[in-house]
Amino acid sequence: MHLRHFSICLAISICGLSANTTNAQSTPLLPLPDQGKLLATAGVIQVEGAGGAGLVPWAVISGYGSENSYGFNAHVTQLNTQDYQLNTYGVALGICDKLELTLSKQAFSGSLAPLDKLKLSQDVVGVKLKLAGDLIADQDNWQPQIAMGAMYKRDQNVTGLDALGVTQVNQLGAKSDQGTDYYLSATKLFLAQSLLVNGTLRMTKANQMGLLGFGGDLHDHYQVMPEVSAAYLLNRKLALGAEYRKKPNNLSIDHEKAYYDAFVAWFPNKNVSVTLAYVDIGDITVFNPKDQHGWYLSVQIGN
Amino acid sequence: MNFFSKTLAGFYVWVAITASSVSGLAQAATLYDDLGQEAGISHIVDETVQQILIDSRIKDGFKETNMKRLASLLKEQFCVLADGPCKYSGDDMKIVHEKLGITSAQFNALAEDLQLAMEKCAVPFTVQNKLIARLAPMKRDIVTVK
Repeated sequence: MHLRHFSICLAISICGLSANTTNAQSTPLLPLPDQGKLLATAGVIQVEGAGGAGLVPWAVISGYGSENSYGFNAHVTQLNTQDYQLNTYGVALGICDKLELTLSKQAFSGSLAPLDKLKLSQDVVGVKLKLAGDLIADQDNWQPQIAMGAMYKRDQNVTGLDALGVTQVNQLGAKSDQGTDYYLSATKLFLAQSLLVNGTLRMTKANQMGLLGFGGDLHDHYQVMPEVSAAYLLNRKLALGAEYRKKPNNLSIDHEKAYYDAFVAWFPNKNVSVTLAYVDIGDITVFNPKDQHGWYLSVQIGN
Repeated sequence: MNFFSKTLAGFYVWVAITASSVSGLAQAATLYDDLGQEAGISHIVDETVQQILIDSRIKDGFKETNMKRLASLLKEQFCVLADGPCKYSGDDMKIVHEKLGITSAQFNALAEDLQLAMEKCAVPFTVQNKLIARLAPMKRDIVTVK
């Protein structure tokens, strides 16, 4: 089967369209993305590559494709604290405003001895399925838009800790170098108040999102972590918000803390978004007790 | 009365005055007022129609439409939705749209044209969102292509 034909069939089946209503029948090419969603309503891409805000995945499907179409985007994000840097980049595909597929890479590095050569990285494959609700239409009821998702994460080798003889996260106490987070998100837009709120419950074993592996010497079981975001819409193109994300504490070498941020998201058009945030990620490992905070900048391009 | 009683009485008087003036304002400031009443709504609808006619995504769908009549009905509808002193004389949204095969993208395109029109008419963003919030649930009756 041709890849194009398969893609069209996949799109049709996910969209629930009957074969007669789509123009894909008359052409062998994929239909163009329709950019049919309202500006800013697909959120941005969060630090693990999924659609949401800066830290938290939401129940929105990334991309501007409406329920009869699709959208894709690429993003680059950098977070700098006093002693660490996190770079992430990735791609996202949103199909029929129902299914979201994402792929991203996180690269974490240290700049302060003894962690100044530390490099951690992981790959994240994300999938999200919208289950219920319509963010825009449900202004006359309490129904939030609801989605469930999963993030499969896999670590690369640790470098820069040769002095300690450490090349794998397992040597830092982690039980595994790969793991999957499962989450359920509920997002509600109170348009009359220009306010959006999101609550996410995430089942996870990940240490520092997975950068320090999964499970640890203290705990090695799934725990439910709450995450919240709130955003105020200043105008069609600008939103201000804040987030909180609770983290487990599985490793004795890391007194892992919650992540917080305050952000500004700018949507000049449906092809670009820029998010600037001030983030507090807590102290990272017992080798550096200083509370880490700093700037986060994310740029997303797509449709 | 002692000093304490006088102060308390004065406080109660202040609260009563403030509350009555606030409630007086609250009664006056309906969404209809915030939109500029009849003239304001008329301006918004006329601008929206202009935006629709240059919107390549949806203008063809209005080729057979009597835009003057549409504008007049939209003005009535917005007035009613905004708690204004009007009656809507048009048909039910479901009936009007059921054979038109309107998609989500087309519905959103019209919503964007309304937003652009309200921006042109200098309607504050918070007020724009209040109107859109009242229109948004109509998506269920208007969009028939799922």
